[in-house]
Amino acid sequence: MNHDIVEKNLGIMFALIVVVITLGGLAEIVPLFFLKQTTEPIAGLKPLTALQLEGRDIYIREGCNTCHSQMIRPFRSETERYGHYSVAGESVYNHPFLWGSKRTGPDLARVGERYSDEWHRAHLFNPRDVVPESNMPKFPWLFENKLDGKLTGKKLATLKLLGVPYSDEAIANASEQVKGKSEIDALVAYLQQLGTVLRDKR
Amino acid sequence: MSSFWSIWIIVITLGSIFGCWWLLQSNSKGEAGPDGQAPTTGHVYDGIEEYDNPLPRWWFMLFIATIIFSLVYLILYPGLGNFKGVLGWSQEKSWQEEKQKADEKYGPIFTAYANTSIEELQSNKKALLSGQRIFANNCSVCHGSAATGSYGFPNLTDNDWLYGGSPENIKTTILYGRKGAMPAWGAILGEEGVNAVAEYVMSLSGRDVDQRLLEEGKTKYDTTCAACHGLDGKGNIALGAPNLSDTTWLYGGSPGLIKHSIRNGRNGNMPAHQAILGEDKVHLVAAYVYSLSKKNQD
Repeated sequence: MNHDIVEKNLGIMFALIVVVITLGGLAEIVPLFFLKQTTEPIAGLKPLTALQLEGRDIYIREGCNTCHSQMIRPFRSETERYGHYSVAGESVYNHPFLWGSKRTGPDLARVGERYSDEWHRAHLFNPRDVVPESNMPKFPWLFENKLDGKLTGKKLATLKLLGVPYSDEAIANASEQVKGKSEIDALVAYLQQLGTVLRDKR
Repeated sequence: MSSFWSIWIIVITLGSIFGCWWLLQSNSKGEAGPDGQAPTTGHVYDGIEEYDNPLPRWWFMLFIATIIFSLVYLILYPGLGNFKGVLGWSQEKSWQEEKQKADEKYGPIFTAYANTSIEELQSNKKALLSGQRIFANNCSVCHGSAATGSYGFPNLTDNDWLYGGSPENIKTTILYGRKGAMPAWGAILGEEGVNAVAEYVMSLSGRDVDQRLLEEGKTKYDTTCAACHGLDGKGNIALGAPNLSDTTWLYGGSPGLIKHSIRNGRNGNMPAHQAILGEDKVHLVAAYVYSLSKKNQD
């Protein structure tokens, strides 16, 4: 074959490079949009409440996901420590997902209900008050900042566009539910539901 | 996966692999000519020509090796759509095998411990050491690595127990968790009432208090607090109501903090660990926790 044609025509080369790269995505990514395991929620999974959703946004804002993964891999060492391994159906309502890839702190995929609300509050105010060895930063401002709920309804509506089954009623009441609550309440509410749908199977 | 997507993946994957093969073959050059010179590419720049040598043999063979590797891999492991691979490997299965192996190895040890009473385990150093490991991984986050607790999280080494310190009580606490509920009395007692009750509560542990408030405090205590904490303030392990006549204060014993507890209530929450650890491990960690206070008793 004469590869002169490809080498001397940038347009053709460009098109062929795109074709080659696209093949990988077509085989590995595109089918996932149509698989039951990756598109359907597991039994019992509910969309986050308005308060939990605000908590999730605080989790993202404070960068929790840069040190804490939410992905328990199917290894015994992980399931012994954290609980049942994560499955794709747990994440279908997450936009974007927070699986993470770096664990400076422990995985949080199943931290829900592992500790009491009071523990989370004490720990987030100053981690060293409860875990002296901890190197996690403190987040005292969460106790002072209040949510105004201005955008909460819009957030729910946007997620609905992406396929999260929020009712119109939930969207209408969202702002009311979070207004005046402190950020720590929202964050703890979010943390306490993490992974609780699939908890007992070990 | 539907057979459409299965075929989709198979066609693209195999197509890409054989595409690489074809690209490699169609571009490979023959050996050098009889004069030992390879043909030139025909590029001429300032009189400099370029030989069109074939790819070095080892390099060419590496390409072939990657193609063979990928085909062998796709035969052995799942990769081609719905084809499971001849080894039948899957993530879940590999996890189950790993778990089963560990259960076979460690299961009998835990079962043997589970069949030994917590009192008997006190003399078994190995068992207590295992219990200590389970404690470090699961309990120390709240109770501290030395089990001495902190504000709001009970000290487990002082032989003072909210829900009882017998082996059975400790085990029940760990298995099913506990929910302490001290209601908020601020609205009912009023600020004066809170002050009076706090003075009376402090008098129970023999502290110097404002005598003028004692009588009012006692009357209010007897009607609102005694139901759980007892008339003598000794508490009630059935309800997890703390003993108020000693010097152990889970939420602080300063006048301000005692008033805060009375005014706003307290809600302790020990999460249940039956599902997290399983009965056998709970038994073992209960033995360790029991040993902590026993040590201080002896």
